[in-house]
Amino acid sequence: MTASNHTPTLNAADLQIHYGSHLAVRDVSLDIAGASITALIGPSGCGKSSVLRCFNRLNDLIPSFRLEGKVAYQGQDLYARHIDPIEVRRRIGMVFQKANPFPKSIFANVAFGAKVTRYTGNMEELVENCLRRSALWDEVKDKLDESGLSLSGGQRQRLCIARTLAAEPEVILMDEPCSALDPLSTRKIEELMLSLKEHYTIVIVTHNLSQARRVADYTAFFNTEEADGAMVGYLAEFAETESIFESPQHEVTRDYVAGRFG
Amino acid sequence: MPTTANPSTLAKTWRKPRSLRDRAMTVLAGACLVVALIPLVWLLTFVTVRGISRFDFALFTQLPPAPGMAGGGLANALVGTIMVLLVAMAISVPFGLLGAIYLSEFGRDSFWARRVRFATNTLNGVPSIISGLFVYALLVRSGLTGYSALAGGCALAVLMLPTIVRTAEEALRLVPQDLRWASLGAGASEYQTVVGVVLPSAAPAIVTGITLSIARAAGETAPLIFTALFSPFWAENFREPVASLAVLVYNFASVPFAPQQDLAWAAALILILMVLVTNVLATLFIRRRSQ
Repeated sequence: MTASNHTPTLNAADLQIHYGSHLAVRDVSLDIAGASITALIGPSGCGKSSVLRCFNRLNDLIPSFRLEGKVAYQGQDLYARHIDPIEVRRRIGMVFQKANPFPKSIFANVAFGAKVTRYTGNMEELVENCLRRSALWDEVKDKLDESGLSLSGGQRQRLCIARTLAAEPEVILMDEPCSALDPLSTRKIEELMLSLKEHYTIVIVTHNLSQARRVADYTAFFNTEEADGAMVGYLAEFAETESIFESPQHEVTRDYVAGRFG
Repeated sequence: MPTTANPSTLAKTWRKPRSLRDRAMTVLAGACLVVALIPLVWLLTFVTVRGISRFDFALFTQLPPAPGMAGGGLANALVGTIMVLLVAMAISVPFGLLGAIYLSEFGRDSFWARRVRFATNTLNGVPSIISGLFVYALLVRSGLTGYSALAGGCALAVLMLPTIVRTAEEALRLVPQDLRWASLGAGASEYQTVVGVVLPSAAPAIVTGITLSIARAAGETAPLIFTALFSPFWAENFREPVASLAVLVYNFASVPFAPQQDLAWAAALILILMVLVTNVLATLFIRRRSQ
């Protein structure tokens, strides 16, 4: 399914995800456009997070994980033999559901993102820059030496975003970044996403339909179905956000966005 | 029809069987605690009372006296113990730490990791005299080192290694998986993740494990008797027999001369204080790090 005419930044073709002998997600094909926000929505267990993690090879860390089909970034097959997963993750950063700053100072947390890429420029400048872009600078500029764990939940998540930005990625993947945050912090993160999409391609998994509606240019709806007694996720519909919410093509999408299940 | 609670039924009364049982169990548990503490307190007081009489300046600066003579000290055994422990640490800490990193970060539940873990557990159960015998046959009898601090250190290293591997692996496994994912998700390599994120997070627990294994090794006697042997003189280098506190206790406690016996008690007190101090330091270190 293609939602735009641009060259896709990320592309999945006939993607199947297995964990051990269990087929978790089947037949996902989608193109994600650059400099936009794409939301992956759907009920629990539909495999949206699994699909997200395929885009920066984080699933490699799960021993039983196996993938069929193709995932490409700017035309390069991410799962080709010669691809270095670490390089992939430097271009395609990840922000997790649970904010996970390191037990280090705020400065060191952000600097870590830059150190992994052997950044040689002015570290102070870069850290300030990343904290400004993640809208956290004004709140932490006087306490950069304090532990990242001293921050509130919303601040921690923005710190993690700053850390991801410090590696200078081109794509940012976000796995339910606001699910543990209060509405005020959620709003800050959403504003942040909108300001970042000028320079970054953002893919966000969210359980919050209104959030997808507020921030996403494109929305992919994943659903589950039963096959051989196990639940398998699949991509049900992918289109511009407005069309998913206002004029869905499938009955099941209409039911989901109307809140009838999930 | 709702009934009003009768206040008298809510009141505490000691005559109820439940209350009596409650109280009896509390008293029993308290009594068991006291009984369990008796050996510890007894041992500490006994060793302190017997050892404290020789706690003077000479104890820490002079050589042991000739048999039957009074005075002197056990300075050479103190230095010897430190030498033997240095050798043991130089061997067991790097190998133990790297082994633990392999088990926790890379091997996990693989075929080899399970074999290594099994071997470590077996090694942990090996009686200390066996490790002494092993090093005696390997290094002393073969003439590679002869009786020496080197041989003694190797024997202690064999004992410390499994403890360090196990405590370090446990410490590494306690590091939340989130942190590893965060690091890898930010584009860090596995080396950067282990060195930059996982090891610093586990450091306090690892340091405690190493400290406790050193404290335990310091008191081991059996592996030293026929590896480091003993010497009434100052150790000149790592390749000749050296005195150690534990062997000094063993040798001097069984001679019929009172001054030597007093020295043995003083050495025992030093060993106990070493364990106590390292434990307290390790605790303080953890507390400071976790703040």
